[in-house]
Amino acid sequence: MMKKSLLIPAATTALLAAAPAAANCPIQVGVLHSLSGSMAISETTLRDVMLMLVEQQNAKGGVLGCELEAVVVDPASDWPLFAELTRQLLTVNEADVIFGAWTSVSRKALLPVLEELNGLFFYPVQYEGQESSRNVFYTGAAPNQQAIPAVDYFLEELGVESFALLGTDYVYPRTTNAILESYLLSKGIAAEDIFVNYTPFGYADWSTIVGDVIGLGAGGKQVGVISTINGDANIGFYTELAAQGVSADDIPVVAFSVGEEELSGLDTSRLVGHLAAWNYFMSADTPENEEFIATWHEFIGDTNRVTNDPMEAHYIGFNMWVNAVEAAGTTDVDAVREAMWGQEFPNLTGGTAVMNTNHHLSKPVLIGEIRADGQFDIISQTEEVPGEAWSPFLEDSATLVSDWQELECGMFDTATETCVQLTSNY
Amino acid sequence: MLRLMPRIATLCACLIALILVVPLRASAQIETPLQDALQTVQPLVASPSRATVPDMLAALIVADAPGTVAFLRAWSDREVYERPEDGLFFFAREGADRALVLIDIDTGEEIGVTSSREVNQIRPNAGVRREVGAALVQFELMNPDPARRIAALESIARSPDAEQAEALEIALEAEQDSAIALRMQRLLDLLNARFATETATRVDAIEGLRGDISTEARRALNQILQTRSDFGETLPEGTNVARVRVPGDDMALIAAYAVLADAGLVPERPGRNAIRDVLRANVVDGTVGGIPVHQLDTDEARRAAYLALQEAGTVAPLVTTADMEAAVAQYVFYDAYLEADPAVTGAARDALDSTRTRISVWQFLGISIDALSLASIFFLAAIGLAITFGVMRVINMAHGEFIMMGAYTGYVVQTVIPNYTTSLVIALPLAFAVTFAAGVLMERLVIRHLYTRPLETLLATFGISIALQQLAKNIFGTQARPLTAPDWLAGAIQVNDIVSVASIRVAIFVMAIGFLLMLLYILNRTRLGLEVRAVTQNPGMAASMGINPDRINMLTFGLGSGIAGVAGVAIGLVAQVTSEMGANYIVQSFMTVVVGGVGSVFGTLAGATLIGFLQKGIEWFNPANTLAAQTFMVLFIILFIQFRPKGIVALKGRAAGD
Amino acid sequence: MPFDIPRNTAATKRSFLISNPSVLWFMGLLGLFTIGVTVLSEGFGLGLISTNLVKILGMTLCLCLIAIAMDVVWGYCGILSLGHFAFFGLGGYAIGMWLMYARTEINIRESLGRGTIPPTELEVSEAVAAQIFGVVGSSELPLIWSFAGSLPFQLAMVVLVPGLLALVFGWLAFRSRVTGVYLSILTQAMTLALSLYLFQNDTGLRGNNGLSGLQNIPGALHVPQAVISMWFFWASAFALGAGYLLFAWVVSGKFGSVIRAIRDNEARVRFLGYNVEGYKLFVFTITAIVSGIAGALYYPQAGIINPAEIAPIASIYLAVWVAIGGRGRLYGAVIGAAFVSLLSSWLTGGGAPNIDLGFYRIVWTDWWLVLLGLGFVAVTLFFPKGMGGLFDYLVRKKP
Repeated sequence: MMKKSLLIPAATTALLAAAPAAANCPIQVGVLHSLSGSMAISETTLRDVMLMLVEQQNAKGGVLGCELEAVVVDPASDWPLFAELTRQLLTVNEADVIFGAWTSVSRKALLPVLEELNGLFFYPVQYEGQESSRNVFYTGAAPNQQAIPAVDYFLEELGVESFALLGTDYVYPRTTNAILESYLLSKGIAAEDIFVNYTPFGYADWSTIVGDVIGLGAGGKQVGVISTINGDANIGFYTELAAQGVSADDIPVVAFSVGEEELSGLDTSRLVGHLAAWNYFMSADTPENEEFIATWHEFIGDTNRVTNDPMEAHYIGFNMWVNAVEAAGTTDVDAVREAMWGQEFPNLTGGTAVMNTNHHLSKPVLIGEIRADGQFDIISQTEEVPGEAWSPFLEDSATLVSDWQELECGMFDTATETCVQLTSNY
Repeated sequence: MLRLMPRIATLCACLIALILVVPLRASAQIETPLQDALQTVQPLVASPSRATVPDMLAALIVADAPGTVAFLRAWSDREVYERPEDGLFFFAREGADRALVLIDIDTGEEIGVTSSREVNQIRPNAGVRREVGAALVQFELMNPDPARRIAALESIARSPDAEQAEALEIALEAEQDSAIALRMQRLLDLLNARFATETATRVDAIEGLRGDISTEARRALNQILQTRSDFGETLPEGTNVARVRVPGDDMALIAAYAVLADAGLVPERPGRNAIRDVLRANVVDGTVGGIPVHQLDTDEARRAAYLALQEAGTVAPLVTTADMEAAVAQYVFYDAYLEADPAVTGAARDALDSTRTRISVWQFLGISIDALSLASIFFLAAIGLAITFGVMRVINMAHGEFIMMGAYTGYVVQTVIPNYTTSLVIALPLAFAVTFAAGVLMERLVIRHLYTRPLETLLATFGISIALQQLAKNIFGTQARPLTAPDWLAGAIQVNDIVSVASIRVAIFVMAIGFLLMLLYILNRTRLGLEVRAVTQNPGMAASMGINPDRINMLTFGLGSGIAGVAGVAIGLVAQVTSEMGANYIVQSFMTVVVGGVGSVFGTLAGATLIGFLQKGIEWFNPANTLAAQTFMVLFIILFIQFRPKGIVALKGRAAGD
Repeated sequence: MPFDIPRNTAATKRSFLISNPSVLWFMGLLGLFTIGVTVLSEGFGLGLISTNLVKILGMTLCLCLIAIAMDVVWGYCGILSLGHFAFFGLGGYAIGMWLMYARTEINIRESLGRGTIPPTELEVSEAVAAQIFGVVGSSELPLIWSFAGSLPFQLAMVVLVPGLLALVFGWLAFRSRVTGVYLSILTQAMTLALSLYLFQNDTGLRGNNGLSGLQNIPGALHVPQAVISMWFFWASAFALGAGYLLFAWVVSGKFGSVIRAIRDNEARVRFLGYNVEGYKLFVFTITAIVSGIAGALYYPQAGIINPAEIAPIASIYLAVWVAIGGRGRLYGAVIGAAFVSLLSSWLTGGGAPNIDLGFYRIVWTDWWLVLLGLGFVAVTLFFPKGMGGLFDYLVRKKP
């Protein structure tokens, strides 16, 4: 959480970058993932995936006869730097498309620049929704593609009646929990059966909170934990769960931010049976996935490296973009944007992902149980679910929809039949 | 078998009838009775769900094929595969190179090799497994393997059911193991409390739970006391009413009215948005009810316009507070127990109330133990600092990085030595040695030159701190590394269902006490301690008495750093090892030392205890927000230092040093 | 040394600028720099300097401003405050609230105004709240946002909030004679408490998300960023010039002599009958206010402010800049802040070439902080006067 780089960021190479290249070749693909700072652990992998995809595409002959060139910059987990580097990528490097960001804060930081300069951006991480920017394609899960199905699973399959919503105190858990709370109330769960708790980033002292959750069991109802705990704090949380002997049979935990990458540093033998919800698990048994994993291992030179959901999101996003550019015959943002609508590409887990006109994907939702080897047993896989930009379960967004093709608006109020605004909230 | 499963059998009577009507397919091939039985409910077996599993069980029990129980066990352990093209089920074992060897479920013969993509592994989820476990209880309770019997009892505890009582009673009579028998008796009591048919039996069982603070007892009581909200013109006869709600008092008036409106008994109350929507729909020539549209930007104007429409009779009337009160007054709102017998609910209520005080006491104890555990972590983190800061007046901002260094030492040892116990035994002294050396090195190279400039020590050690942090990142990466406790420290000490403390926290507490005693001994009973105290009080005089202050400073600093290293191993075991873990503790450690009183081991102890208890105390009052606790704690410390600038244990006289 | 000697005669007061040639030099250089950047900028000149760089330079000027404030409070008055970035952040938050609220309100009025019925004030403020706080799962406008729509009010807050916090905190601390390292730790605790407080969603400042989109100025939403960035650059340059002049004047007179004396021996000054606490409180508060102003200019250029900005580490970096630049001389602070922060962004931004040693590749992103840390130790040990001291040495040698 601390700031690692100094306050003034960013490349001062700008001075030398006059004389913009007139030719369109090579096509510039911006990669905006933190390579240092607190988010580097997650984002560095995505940078590598992008380099791999670009290399693969070049081996196939590039796009529109042009070589692709990855422009990698390091926003160092420093939110203002995301805005600054986006401006640099769009104006100085003249990137035709940018793949990047992880946290919602960083996305919100770069949105104004993106919309001002009409860039094209692919965001690969599951997020809280409530947004549909003209210039962003969201290839990660919206709440209805991860959180809501997971809660349904709790309600229907595990018979959970009392919910503990534990999260790290930032925007994704806050919004997701707000949506889930109102969803649970609509499902007839009483307000007193929903326990909400927020902890700081990197929180370590979990004994009291885990004790509180166990105590919920005395209420006579099956307890389940919905965890939006982020990053390092998970280690302490799961350690304490195991120490206090909470088995998945007694109190199941479903996590939205714990995947293969996060588990790779943990002794998972005591976590067997706890759950995670994603659109992708490495253990998916399909030929596409096998090939993807093999390519990844070859590229990174380490067969122990895992793959995860945001990697699949970039894989789908990048390939859709390539197809859209081919379809549009140009890298012009507006043309590519329109060509993106309806793009289809096979998922790594089977089935086909479709890019909808609200800039969100239709993807299957998977629920997995943690295995002793740090992988997941897929125990439930739905049909493709279209991502919702605006949650119908929140009062303020119940009447909002996004449709950039028909309505040409990302925030359309169906009650008043007007477009609320064209730019996003940030 | 049918006799033992009356619940499911009756539940699905129609299904049974259906199965009986369907002619058994190809009665000649009777050698696969289980497969045939499964095929009758093929979709339910192939894609298990908690909602459909009772139907499936019912069908299988009716078919009563040999091996059903073993199959169900294997099925819920995810050892069954489905072949999609013909929908048949198989057991399988792993063959070479991702291949699976299929095994016939009836004969147990191997019938071929296939790849994992040709067949679907059936993965019943935890909810399904719980249902199956509960259904198999009857067979498991008599199982010769005690572990299986215990597992069956856990199954009952998780999903208690009226029908289990009978099987449990039979099993109890046959049970030889006294511990298991005790557990059986206990579960039987819980089942009787909830499901027995005789009121007297139930009340007796409930009385037996009086004062019982275990989670399962309270769960059973709370289940008996479940209520539903309802309303009526009068309290209906024969309803076991839990409480009556008075609208406007313990129930919002609007909410009560909304209940009536939902039931269609009164007209909906148009809210602010509804009024706006109605007005919007009734714009005529730029006016609504005679009021120009552009004036409708206040609630009063909108209300007036609405009333005008109401006069004209075009819209539903507004509902005023008086209207709502009048409507609500005609009804009684109440919560009723789902359990109809007041004797049972009364007994359960009494039993539950009787636990209240004891639970509070235990909870308080639990919080205190948590606070003590937190305090011992703070103490460990800060005690090294107390030595360097308190004794030498040196601000060591890199103290946190010594903690980190110790933790990483532990991590490295664990990667080299896989046995967790051995590695821990080696890691603790090694961490001390590594950080002792680092501390001495730092003292010799940097701090020695800055003894006269304390503020600059702060800055220089800060420089070292950022350099060390980044170095750790370069070497170990940014990913958090786990430091795994050995198995004998991994569990928890369970006092009862309310108070339990992780063993590792107890170990840390013991360790903190150990360090406290060791330091007290070193400082008060050894030659080194004497010299340290002498240098602390008056370096010049100490030097003239033949003490070498340079050496003492070096050793003191090494000692303080070494303890930080050991603390790092301990903290790594409960939290996570990252390059930033030290930075998370440094400010808190300084505050511990300052609050406690500089230069005193007891002061640090007092400071750590105060901060630990304070943080947990604030958390108790506001359990939903842990960040708030941290903020208020820092605020409190700032204020505390205002009023006791020298800390809790203030040194007096010349040693105080000002 | 040009202005290190206390002068408190009437004659020197008259000729403040003449007796402080470094101030004139500084003003001249700052003016030239501003004109240079303007001429080369995209918005108003040749377009040789990208808008991105203009923003970076403008932000650097703001950092220089808080660095001279830090220099006055530490280098001149001897209070090592490890919390001045808290004031910087509060200034940013104060102006950020207005920027966010006013921008959102304009959008909301425009969209609601398109409906058949005009919105009520309540509806507007509810919609604004839903937009600003929707992302953090809430839709109510917290109390502290009551006047966020008013620019004069929030501008006043830029000065008042840091000023009052510094006044109250300083009064408490100085009154109970907390000095030296204790005070440093206390100030650090203050900024830690504040950042933890702001991290909470319940605080009403959007928690970890902070305030964003601050580069869009309400009322100038259609002005290109190339122009807006120049406006802020000029404002930052002006503020730095004014701040420099103010502090140079403050430290050169009798007041400056007293605070330097407090730095060197607080007890003696107290025995001479001076109200030491009053002096310290004044210095602490005025520098806090200047820090707040610097922050209010910085964050609209950065575009986003969040609580991580005021984590204790930021204030420590501030001390590092001043120490490297040279304490006790205002231009030293400016040099330190500009040099270290620009160098650091160059090295971490991927602009610097990595050095391949054959057996090991030095990646600046990885090694810059190690270098900075060790360099800082070296400066503390061997060059306590920092880069400004080097400058002094050269200046003294020449004539």
